[in-house]
Amino acid sequence: MKLRTSALMICAALSVAACTNPNRFGGGEAGADPFANGGANAGIAGSASDPSSPAYFQQSVGDRVLFAVDQSTLSPEGRSTLDGQAVWLLQNADFTAVIEGHADEQGTREYNLALGARRADAARAYLVAQGVQSSRLQVVSYGKERPIEICSEEACYAKNRRAVTVLAGGLSS
Amino acid sequence: MIYRILCTLVALGGLALAPGFAAAQSGPLRIEITEGVIEPLPVAVPDLVAETAGSAEMGAQLARVIAADLTGTGLFRELPSSAFISQVSDFGAPVQYADWKAINAQALVTGAVSVNGNQINVKFRLYDVFSGAELGDGLQFAGTVDGWRRIAHKVADVVYSRITGEGGYFDSRVVYVSETGPKDNRRKRLAVMDYDGANVQYLTGSEDIVLAPRFSKTGDRVLYTSYETGFPRIFVLDVGSVQRRVLESQVGTMSFAPRFAPDGQTVVYSISQGSNTDIYSMNINSGVTNRLTNTPAIETAPSFSPDGARIVFESDRSGTQQLYVMNAGGGEATRISFGEGRYGTPVWSPRGDLIAFTKQSKGRFHIGVMRTDGSEERLLTASFLDEGPTWSPNGRVIMFARETQGADGRSTLYSVDITGRNLRPVRTPEGGSDPSWGPLQP
Repeated sequence: MKLRTSALMICAALSVAACTNPNRFGGGEAGADPFANGGANAGIAGSASDPSSPAYFQQSVGDRVLFAVDQSTLSPEGRSTLDGQAVWLLQNADFTAVIEGHADEQGTREYNLALGARRADAARAYLVAQGVQSSRLQVVSYGKERPIEICSEEACYAKNRRAVTVLAGGLSS
Repeated sequence: MIYRILCTLVALGGLALAPGFAAAQSGPLRIEITEGVIEPLPVAVPDLVAETAGSAEMGAQLARVIAADLTGTGLFRELPSSAFISQVSDFGAPVQYADWKAINAQALVTGAVSVNGNQINVKFRLYDVFSGAELGDGLQFAGTVDGWRRIAHKVADVVYSRITGEGGYFDSRVVYVSETGPKDNRRKRLAVMDYDGANVQYLTGSEDIVLAPRFSKTGDRVLYTSYETGFPRIFVLDVGSVQRRVLESQVGTMSFAPRFAPDGQTVVYSISQGSNTDIYSMNINSGVTNRLTNTPAIETAPSFSPDGARIVFESDRSGTQQLYVMNAGGGEATRISFGEGRYGTPVWSPRGDLIAFTKQSKGRFHIGVMRTDGSEERLLTASFLDEGPTWSPNGRVIMFARETQGADGRSTLYSVDITGRNLRPVRTPEGGSDPSWGPLQP
């Protein structure tokens, strides 16, 4: 009898949880579509040709830096990209950013979370050193949970070992 | 609630025994698991006798689950019913040992089932065929019809226990992450299932990434990591009510890799702050935290010894991921892994004698075990990606997740005996990862 009662309670509670659990991760997948999140400029003014647009930041400045296997040291190319990000962030002071750290699938889950944190923090620290206010930057690690390339080869792994600067805020009107 | 009653009936079968039988075999029915079983023990599990109208189907189902539990260990081989000479149609009738011996059944499980409304009653006896005697007393379990699989698991646990001398593990549950979708759009939700993959219940939705659920020692609560707030945070979920709450954490940090201490009140976990990840403990009621490691390295994946006195964890303080043991209060840690490659996700066995781990070496992943001082390392599996071991309640079986290679890669739960034998997938409705094996249920 007790078994049956608890099963019914689980069913009832599940339906409650489903109702009270909003889709909060939609925005968090902004690695693939950073502008779904945070009310960034939309329309023509926000197109990639507008140097103050997030689209410009992503495509022309470059929103991501890549890392070697099991490393969180910034490469010369990575520092160059972050120099551009810092200039852009200093010129567009109404934006904040979340820096997402990621790892490839070669590694255990917990370690990759910590490794992603190292990578995100390496990018964050570099931007702060270039004068970006630390209060404008947050970091989050996804470990190996959000690859953008799915083959099990170095060509894909290299793109997945990344820190992505995802803009938020900005003037929406 | 399932309860059991010790039967006091005389073991009728033994009375009919010819004296020569007992002398003909080499000793009592026994499997020594530690030696590694190469030749599984032949067992017959006839359908349980229906003692009420319409319970024949239930009798057959119960027998199938009991047999599946036993053969699933790799220690037993089931004899097909087509080979049976005797049919068991009366639970109380004497066992025809000669008929079972003739087909080389070494163990025989007989049973009877009665169903009254939603109530089910199961009796069973275990026979050592070559000794011509019952092994232990008959037992009786009662419960509700929808809990019938648990009763079958309880019967199988007793059979396993009597023949191996070890505790059983069939009447137990596993909490894990159920997965769907391709690698670049994988959806994860927490689920709990019977150890054999039956009776899956989902505990969360798949809106947010959820990782690495961990049962409490009593199986009443689960710790896990969720991105529900946008950042990795640790939640504690009550399995019965499915109520959950987030554990306190400092703004600007990430927390993950939680596990309960044996006391059920203390949680160890990792906090990432800046580039650094260390291990902390928290009293789950008061929220008081203690920092247990303090190095610039990555320290994560802590797991308590069963007595709660020590913690094994992974750290890359030496330059690569290795395993360390420290006291539960933190402080000096002793490195225990020294082989080639990287070691992570250590888990102390419930017996306290071994530590299971994930090893990464030369582009392959392994599940392995070592003694708690790091000696006698043995790798049990090898594949493109094996990860995240968890122990059966009796410390004899390890469940883990195996992800296949390539764009279509998919994660599946597997189990393997600690001898390295009997690798087999656990059938779940969707993909699975991050299993955590709960206790044997009361």
